[in-house]
Parts: sequence; structure tokens; C-alpha cells
Amino acid sequence: MTNPTLVSITDVSKRFVLHKDKSLKERIVNFQTSRRHRDDFWALRDINLDIDLGSTVGLVGHNGSGKSTLLKVIGGILEPTSGSVARRGRLAALLELGAGFHQDLTGRENVYLNAAILGLSRAETTRQFDDIVEFSGIGDFIDTQVKFYSSGMYVRLAFAVAVHVDPDLLLVDEVLAVGDEPFQRKCMEKISRFQHEGRTIVLVSHSADQVGSLCDRVVVLHGGEIRHDGDTAEGLRILRAGYEEDRKVAAVNSARGGPSHPYLFRSIACESVIEDGRVDVEVDIEIECVDPVPGWGLGFSIETPLGLRLYEVTTFDLETKLPTTRGVHRLVLRLPDLRVGPGKYVLNLGLGDETGRNFDQAPSAASFDVPVLSPGAGTVRIVPTMQVAE
Amino acid sequence: MEADALTRAQRIASEPFHDVSSRGGGTIRFIQEIWQNRDLLGLLIRREVKARYKNSSLGVVWSLFRPLVQLLIYYFAIGQILGAARFIPDFAIFVFIGLTVWSLFSEIVSGCTNALITNSGLVKKVYLPREIFPLSAVGGALFNFAVQLVVLLAAIAVLSTFPLDARLLLAPLALLMLVIFSVAIGLVLSAVNVYLRDTEHLVEIGLVIFFWLSPIVYSFTFVHNALNGSWLEQLYLANPITLAIIAMQKALWYSGSEATGDLQQAWPDNLELRLLLALLVSLVLLWIAQRIFARLQGNFAQEL
Repeated sequence: MTNPTLVSITDVSKRFVLHKDKSLKERIVNFQTSRRHRDDFWALRDINLDIDLGSTVGLVGHNGSGKSTLLKVIGGILEPTSGSVARRGRLAALLELGAGFHQDLTGRENVYLNAAILGLSRAETTRQFDDIVEFSGIGDFIDTQVKFYSSGMYVRLAFAVAVHVDPDLLLVDEVLAVGDEPFQRKCMEKISRFQHEGRTIVLVSHSADQVGSLCDRVVVLHGGEIRHDGDTAEGLRILRAGYEEDRKVAAVNSARGGPSHPYLFRSIACESVIEDGRVDVEVDIEIECVDPVPGWGLGFSIETPLGLRLYEVTTFDLETKLPTTRGVHRLVLRLPDLRVGPGKYVLNLGLGDETGRNFDQAPSAASFDVPVLSPGAGTVRIVPTMQVAE
Repeated sequence: MEADALTRAQRIASEPFHDVSSRGGGTIRFIQEIWQNRDLLGLLIRREVKARYKNSSLGVVWSLFRPLVQLLIYYFAIGQILGAARFIPDFAIFVFIGLTVWSLFSEIVSGCTNALITNSGLVKKVYLPREIFPLSAVGGALFNFAVQLVVLLAAIAVLSTFPLDARLLLAPLALLMLVIFSVAIGLVLSAVNVYLRDTEHLVEIGLVIFFWLSPIVYSFTFVHNALNGSWLEQLYLANPITLAIIAMQKALWYSGSEATGDLQQAWPDNLELRLLLALLVSLVLLWIAQRIFARLQGNFAQEL
């Protein structure tokens, strides 16, 4: 049986009107020029999206791309300017942890209050109460006013309440990274249990790693429009490419006054040789020195397509002497006997100096594939042996 | 696990879609939503009441001090020094009835006006029927009123006596009308205040004006003697707050209706009819207020 649609978004656009004057006096004084004192801003344009039950959707995009607005429109918190959103099932929105917490009330009172805000009845909360306290690890502090809580306790309790309401659709905005490491692990376990139970999660996150590991579908937003909808790895690649585009635009803008890039990538080519169960990768890099400054260097990293960084190194670490003359230079980077598991790997390169200044970047500049060479799965390739001990 | 997911899928597949993009929603839907969230409403009211007096050792007693101090001031300043008490029997009881009713109205109105602003964190982050915030302010005001009412009734029992006849029935009718009327006003003001923050200051001033426009520290007899039943007096009586206060006085202020001679009080004719009419008007106003609120609430999250 295919999963039914949970949320259906049709032609949704959202316009914000930015008023610059707020008080009555200002409005009367500026009545004639009132038009000039408002700006239109389209946060979303013609969004069409169907979200099926059981899927985990990552909404990614730059700051201001409209992802949080879209999440709020799905949650019914914002009303779209045009278009419609149809939804069914039970919703819990985690846009801010502890949004409903009141400083002067005790943890216990706040649990009931917040659970009610998230749609749980009193009886249900009472039933879940011990689980919530146990999950949060608050213990005896539950009867203390929450203003005396540490910030960690605060968010832990808030998160515990949120995951114990029984939602069909959970909207999450950048709140998964709370608490210490054991608690984060607990959160991730809870999220993956949610996925097994066939719940739907819509997640806004800037962490490519998190999106890559949790989501089975990624929606990339750019300027309020959908750039990509579907495969996670592809979505993250597009997101990165978008960041790079923005960076270039910003660099051009900021370069007007000062000197432009002293160093630029001309070309990057990658070749992998797979022989006798051994992987050798060779990267051919051409760099143009426009305006040589001493002390420049090259950095590179290997990542999985989902953004998990495997390795990174710079020429400063390698103590490579690089030429400082004007013109095009060719560098060869060799990665001999790379022991990585089967799959696709992405190379990112960057030029800069030791103080951290960036001259040029080439994210996802090249990639190579590794076939299945030994049994087992994972990002590290190991050839294990096992035998029964005597 | 799998079975769990499957039953969920089946349940969702059988559920109808509802449109969340336009919250216009009829009045019936509004009542349904409030009913569904009654647990939450109760908790919000409790939060309102508890948070106000948390950490103070006297707690809820504080909600009595303000009206008691007001009572003392009006009793001495207006009753004794300006001499109003010479024409009003049981002046303390009289003032306290008016003050109690008035503070219910003013607390509902000013509480509602600020309700959405003080809860802006929730309005922006969680979807709830937004009417719930002004309504929780109403709940808080009703709680305070209940405390004051207990004191008032005790004072009447000790210092005076209850008019034990049909007049007592005026009290619940007046209160019902007043609550509906003030909720209607409060709903509109709470929504308008989101867009125009000047509203809360206007409300403060408006409350002072209406305090003196209502027969709280002076009796209706003064008004009647001055206006002699002219159209101005009818206008004065068209104010639902005035009607509610006069009705409460008639119901609970025994010596007011029994006194003779210099102390004899004038009462507006057809008070019951006027009250019923005001109740009807208030109900219509409440309906209109809810429509206005529903129309304005679409942009709350972005305006706050």
C-alpha cells in the first residue's frame, strides 16, 4: 500500500509587507507618503509540494530563502497570501523549544501546559508524564520553577514534551542540536523511532550532515522558490553550488574597492585507478597566480555526498613549497591506496593563506566512485578476517 | 513497528483534508476549536492566575487590596469629604458593588488588549486558535472577580442585608450581559492592538473616562435629578456598563431600594427590559467581534 498524502501545498505564495512606521502618530504624519513607507517582499513564490506520510523531508536553503516561512505556512501559523495548504492528521510544531514555557511555573506545570499547547489532553499527559520526566533526565527538579533551570535542562524538558505528543506530522526548525552528547543521541534515536513508526518529519536545518543522515527527500529553496525536490545527495550538492554562487557574487561585490583574487582555480580533474583491490586517486589542479602574495596554500577535503567529512589537509600541513610567480601553475595531488568503502566521494578544494583568508573555492570540484572491493559496508574499507580460535 | 506504521497510514488515508491556509472559519468552527482546546484554556487561565501571585507570600490576597484601597479612598474622599454619602445610604456597600463590577469590566478589557502581545512567543511559534489568548485573560479576570465577589457578599451579610426576592435575579443577568459585552470589546481590541500598539494607551484613557461615566462613586439619582429623564439620560443609560452596575446595585444594595425621604433613590424604568436588550445587543456584538478577530488574525504571526 502506498503511503497517503499528509500535506498538500498548492501554488502557495507569501508576501510580507514591511512597514517602517508603526505608531498612529507616524501613520498620520506620513499618511501621504504612506506608500513609500512599505516594502513588499516575497518570501515564497508558487510553492507546490505534496508530503507523504512516513517520509522525512529536509527543507534546506540559505538564510532568508523562505524555509522557515514555508514551515510556518505548513503549520498554519502564517496564512499564505495566495494558494492553499491542505493537511490532515495530528501536528506538532517544534519551531522553538519551550515556546510555551512560563518562567514562574514549575517544570511539572510547564509540562502540562506545553503538552496542551502541542495538542495533548490532560489525561494523555498524565499517562505520559513519567516517560517525559525520565526522557528529559530532569529528576527531582521537576517541581522547581523553570527559571532556575540551566539552559540545558530547559531545552531537554521542552524536547521531551515535544517528542511525547503523538504527532503524525512533526515540524522541526533547527532545534535538534540540544543538550549534551548523550542527550543528542537520545534525540536522534527518538527521531529514527518516529521514522519507523511511519510518522512524517519536516525538518529545517543548516546541518548538511544531519539532513543527509535523516532525510529521504530534500527540498532546496532559493529566494522563495523550489530549486530542487527529491534525492538527498543531489539536493545537498545543489545547495552547496548555490552557496558557492552567492560567495562569488559577494566576492565580486566586495572586490570593487580592493584587489581581486590573487589566485584562481583554472581547472581541476580527478582520475581514480582501481587495480587489484587498491584505489589510487590523482587530482590534477591548475592554478593561476594573478597577483602573487607569499604564503599562500591549498586545502582539500574528501566528503561523502551527504556531507560527512572524511579527511582534510592543507599544503601548510604537508609543508609543500608552492611557486609564487605570476602565471599558471600545475599541481598534482596523489591519494595513494585510499581505503574507503564503496560509494561516491566528493573532493572540495580551496585556496587561501594561513590567516584563514579565502582566495578561491571549488566545492564539489571533482568526484570519484569506489566499487565494492571487499565484504561489508561503510565509509572505511577494511578487509577483515575471522577464524575460530583454537 | 511495521504494523504501527500501517494502521497509521490507514487512519490517515481515511481522514479528510482540511484547509489550513485560510483561517476565516465560521463562528461554529470557532466554538468547536475553543471546545477542543478547553484543557489548554483551563491551563492558560491557571497560568495567568498563578504566575501573577507566584513568589508573593500573600498570593491571591493582593488582588483584594487594590479594590479595598480604592474603596477606602472613595469612601472618605467622595463620601465623607465631598458629602455624597449624605444622599446615599450604606455608601461603602454601594461603592464596593460598583467597584467590583467595574473592575471586572476593566480587567477583561485591558487584559484582552494585551493578551496577544504578552503571548506573542506562542502566537508566532505554535498554531492555536488565537481567540484562546484573550479568553484566558477573561478567565483570569473572572477569577479575580470571584474573589472580590465573595468579599462583597460577606460584607453585605455583615453590614447590611440581602433583598431576598426577585430583584436578586438581576445580578446574574447583569453579570452575564457585562461579560459578553466586555469579551466582545476585548476581542476586537486585542486584535487591533497587534497592528496598532497605540490601542493599549487609548484603552487606558478610555477606561478612566468610562469609570466616571458610570454610576460607581455617585448614584444614578444624581444623574436623574440633573438630566430629568431627557434624551441625555437615555443616552447615559444606553451604556451597558452603566446598566450592569445599576442592576447589580438594585439586586444587592438593600438600603438603596428601601430608603425613603432624602435618601430615596431613583431607578431607571424598565430596567429588566433594558438589560435583556443589552444582552441581545452584546451577543450580536460578540458575533461581530469574532468575525473581525477572524479576519485580522491571519497576519498576527508576522505583525507581532
